[in-house]
Amino acid sequence: MSLSPVEGVALAEIESGTDPGGPAVKGVVGRSPGQLAWLRLRRDRTAMVSGVLLVFFLLLGLAAPLIEMVYGIGPREQFQNMLDGFGMPLGYAGGVSGEHWFGLEPGLGRDIFIRLIYGLRTSLFIAFAAALITATIGIVLGALAGYLGGWLDAVINWITDLTLAMPFLIIALALTPTITLRFYGERGQVSSAFGVGVLIAVFAIFGWTSTARLVRGQVIALREREFVEAARASGAGLGHMLFRQLLPNIWAPILVSFSLAVPQFITSEAALSFIGVGLSDETPSFGRMIYRSLDFLQTDPAYVFFPGITIFALVFAFNLFGDALRDALDPKSSR
Amino acid sequence: MARFLLKRLFSATLTLFAVSVLTFLMFFALPRDPVSSICSKNCNPERLERVRDDLGLNDPLISQYAGYMKGIVTGRDLGSAQGGRCDAPCLGWSYVTNEAVSDTIARVLPVTLSIVIPAAILWLLLGVGLGMVSALRRGTWLDRLAIGFSLTGASLQLYFVGAVLLLVFVYNLRLLPVPSYTSLFDNPAKWASGLVLAWVALAFLFSAIYARLSRAQMLETLSEDFVRTARAKGLAKPTVYGRHALRAAITPVVTIAGLDVGGALGGTVITETTFGIQGLGRTAVDAVRSGDLPTIMATVLIAAVFVVLANVLVDLLYAAIDPRVRLR
Repeated sequence: MSLSPVEGVALAEIESGTDPGGPAVKGVVGRSPGQLAWLRLRRDRTAMVSGVLLVFFLLLGLAAPLIEMVYGIGPREQFQNMLDGFGMPLGYAGGVSGEHWFGLEPGLGRDIFIRLIYGLRTSLFIAFAAALITATIGIVLGALAGYLGGWLDAVINWITDLTLAMPFLIIALALTPTITLRFYGERGQVSSAFGVGVLIAVFAIFGWTSTARLVRGQVIALREREFVEAARASGAGLGHMLFRQLLPNIWAPILVSFSLAVPQFITSEAALSFIGVGLSDETPSFGRMIYRSLDFLQTDPAYVFFPGITIFALVFAFNLFGDALRDALDPKSSR
Repeated sequence: MARFLLKRLFSATLTLFAVSVLTFLMFFALPRDPVSSICSKNCNPERLERVRDDLGLNDPLISQYAGYMKGIVTGRDLGSAQGGRCDAPCLGWSYVTNEAVSDTIARVLPVTLSIVIPAAILWLLLGVGLGMVSALRRGTWLDRLAIGFSLTGASLQLYFVGAVLLLVFVYNLRLLPVPSYTSLFDNPAKWASGLVLAWVALAFLFSAIYARLSRAQMLETLSEDFVRTARAKGLAKPTVYGRHALRAAITPVVTIAGLDVGGALGGTVITETTFGIQGLGRTAVDAVRSGDLPTIMATVLIAAVFVVLANVLVDLLYAAIDPRVRLR
């Protein structure tokens, strides 16, 4: 599936001459590593397909209110008249019809399609926010630990080991209601924005260590190189060393780990909502939907499949794209 | 060797100590009154105060922590309201279930072990085997099939796979009973048939990751000089692949496996919830829902013990598998 490094570079070199949009002069064209990676990515069919799918999902999530307007049904509207006496949707495959594309939820009678769209939005927002925050914390702490070494390195390493030993799911499970209670008290009505915020915070607290470890390793590998020494000798400050000298050299692995972290946060959010701590039922979310649907597994299997397949497609697209990105940025890697 | 083990065990104990302090602070020090959740509505202030006294919540935090740790090592007296004397691995008394937490754990731990251990054997064999085969047959249809399998499996969710398995094998084909736990020593057939879906679901998802990882490792190893040397001196292919290459390729797989198995033993929350089996994970979820602090504390600690022990074991296994590793 992946091109070997020599082929990839050679192809880029040859095709640049014949490319109608490129420079007309034949010969060696200088390209930055970023341009080369972009070329490789564009030539990778899997990357393009999964990329397009991702953009589609992102647009769906971003345009959720617009879709609601066109579709004409809100995520909290209930259609009790479309359910039979037992609360099961009338019609086939969980009440799929021209009006309700993916059918209705048994019991409450809410429209599944529009709830999935809003769930997508919640999920993507949480995942991107968490991935951005963890990447930022991880980059700063990892670079500091790797560059400065000493006690800071020891402390950060130790914290990393510690978070690995903590069972994330159970801690998050126990921590989320505790934080919520601290802010709202026993009977307060928890807003959905707050629930989302707590989830992102929990992810940030536990998620930064893997990026930190990655960045630290990369920085240690670069630390003794001549250009670093040269910069230090000419009196560069700490900030300049970290962000101007070291960081530009390690963007590639960071980008790959970021693109693979997003689907991880998507599944973690769904898992937490699945066990019933992430988000309240008010906020549309994949995990909540699947959890509710398990009760209707026998009577309305379609209800399980719509959210299940949507999460699968989303995570699948992210994973494929992350892999392709790795291939493009690091042609030496084989998978 | 002995020195290495000692050093490793020391640092493991240190980590566990830190985890216990952190967990303790997180749950006992946060201003959520653990008592109000025990009797939420009709509780007079006197009873609340008595329960608080029984739990030692009026003592300073340090002595609460010291009491808890002392209970684990030597056991302690908890007072008549909490079942009196609590023996050596004493994890406290739960007011929600009205039993000693160690009894609850003793009941649910075998359940989680029964889910994780067979599943882990299955996923390691399947995953590593698939990865090896597809690396050796690189570029063939078998390889492509294995890649497709691992890509799909790595993106699927346990609750969804579990739901589909339940739907097909339990509700539609009626081949299997509704998942439940029976002791292995009471009825092995019922034990297996009640848990087999959980094993398959876990093994499917995990083996996808292992197939991918071991394929990449094996490909890297196969291009190394020592493999070529072994082939060149006339060793048979099975010997080269099975004895020389496999050993080197499997080392990183062992690291990940240690973390995964250790983590899973601490509670397969999603699996247990999907299949409705009451193991360590479900117990933790229930404890969180009912605000049962001693049980939450115990489940977190046990999960941490498993992860830390698995890490020590992995370090030891390294030396056994890869002759290049020297323990210091």
